[in-house]
Amino acid sequence: MKTLNMARYRRRKLVDRIMRSMTVVATLLALIPLFLILGYIVIQGASAISWHFLSTDYKVPELSLDGSASDVGGIRYAIIGTLLIAGTATLIALPIGLLAGIYLSEYGKGRFASFVRFATDVLSGSPSIIAGVVVYIVLVKTTKEKYAFYGSVALALLMIPIIVRTTEEILKLVPQTVREAAVALGVPQWKAILTVVLPAATGGILTGIMLAFARAAGETAPLIVTVFVSNSVEYNVFGSMGSLPMYIYRTLDELTSPEQYKVLWGAAFVLTALVLVVNILVRVATRRRV
Amino acid sequence: MAMTEASVSAQPEAAKTGSQLEIKNLNAYYGPKLAVRDVTMTIHPNEITALIGPSGCGKSTLLRCLNRMHEAILGARAEGTVLLDGEDIYAQDIDATLVRRRVGMVFQLPTPLRTRSVYENIAIGLRLGGIKNKRTLDEIVERSLRQAALWDEVKDKLQQSGLALSGGQQQRLCIARAIAIEPDVLLMDEPCSALDPVATFRIEELMIELKKQFTIVIVTHNMQQAARVSDRTGVFMVERHDEKSVGELVEYAPTGQIFTTPQDHRTEEYITGRVG
Repeated sequence: MKTLNMARYRRRKLVDRIMRSMTVVATLLALIPLFLILGYIVIQGASAISWHFLSTDYKVPELSLDGSASDVGGIRYAIIGTLLIAGTATLIALPIGLLAGIYLSEYGKGRFASFVRFATDVLSGSPSIIAGVVVYIVLVKTTKEKYAFYGSVALALLMIPIIVRTTEEILKLVPQTVREAAVALGVPQWKAILTVVLPAATGGILTGIMLAFARAAGETAPLIVTVFVSNSVEYNVFGSMGSLPMYIYRTLDELTSPEQYKVLWGAAFVLTALVLVVNILVRVATRRRV
Repeated sequence: MAMTEASVSAQPEAAKTGSQLEIKNLNAYYGPKLAVRDVTMTIHPNEITALIGPSGCGKSTLLRCLNRMHEAILGARAEGTVLLDGEDIYAQDIDATLVRRRVGMVFQLPTPLRTRSVYENIAIGLRLGGIKNKRTLDEIVERSLRQAALWDEVKDKLQQSGLALSGGQQQRLCIARAIAIEPDVLLMDEPCSALDPVATFRIEELMIELKKQFTIVIVTHNMQQAARVSDRTGVFMVERHDEKSVGELVEYAPTGQIFTTPQDHRTEEYITGRVG
């Protein structure tokens, strides 16, 4: 074997290099919009952040004669509102999503399980306004009220499929041998799931819940049709309530001054940071446990 | 549980003995496919019984039928009778989890529970069995680790992860976990196939020590291992039956006889290396 075909080897190397650089370029292309958006929000938004902005509530802008608005107030009520609405949505979606995910991974084998899987996939891909409309028809129309709680129900509808599928996928990553080891000790299946399988998957499941929370916190459409906006801090979920997405939506709607333009970016920045902070907190908390 | 064996020794400390398993006309299926056909054999108490045979002959499947782990696989089921000291483990009103507490199992790959410490790996079976008292747990954990010849190596790292141990140590940890709940029978599914010769030797030593208290059934691909440790050997073969490949027990006899004067020509061909 003395005649090693160098020409052929060179061609192979070239093709390898071209394909590899194409994957790098594609990755960069995908990242560009992400960094542009993030960068713009940070640059524009950070300058709007002040203690005043974070600690006061909405104020109707008074127009002065030269066209510049005076103080437009802050977003404290919207931050609290978003946390309450998305938090309540998590409380509703978590038990349902978690248990359904456990069912699909540990028990669901037949036709019913594949149907549930299909349904959750469709649901997770459906536009958020659909969830809003469903809640509008079922709850808002029948009670003739728009509560923050109804918004939470709509957001929970969006969160459930995400939690179900991530829980299922993560649980399936736990090796079968771990389950067998527990079952062979004479442990009933439900106890094995609770004490052995779930603890091995905590980190991944929490990440799934975080993803769902992040999605819910940023949704606007369902809230438009289900919640009356309040301009002050509210703690009663069976009442009107402000929220960051609604604040951004409304400020955009009545945009008149550079001052409002600034707070718009500020609110977008806070909403992004909120999701990031919760994400980091959960990661830190789970790292310590495992 | 009925202690019917006459061989219960007079020593007060070694009062615990193994149980007898009578397997009668056992068929095991995966879905519609028959995997093991019509096995009848008696596993004698306080002996090591080895099940050998080529891949796919159904020896592991049969082993898993002995503590009803076979049915934990989707679509798998078994038909027939397995008497544990005279009690049919396949009877209608028998709960599989109770069977598994009396017939423990050690797997091919060591399966320490990843998120738990060495101590917890053993205590978990006890806790889930209802033992809550800390001192009792401590005692049983130490006793089980001593029985598994692991105590001296891990007594200073009881709170470390089970994954921090070597492969051989992990397998002995799994043995300790299995015997902590004091089963009557210990099933071992190729327990040494992932281990080096030194670790394998330690497990074999341990098995001979443990058979004083437990009945041991071991599936192995290693014929020398079967010859070294077992008292009786069952030879399984893949046979054609109704145009399908099915595992069958072709010969079951004291180990010495199997390896020196096999009665069945298939056994002879297998142990001399001509088939399998």
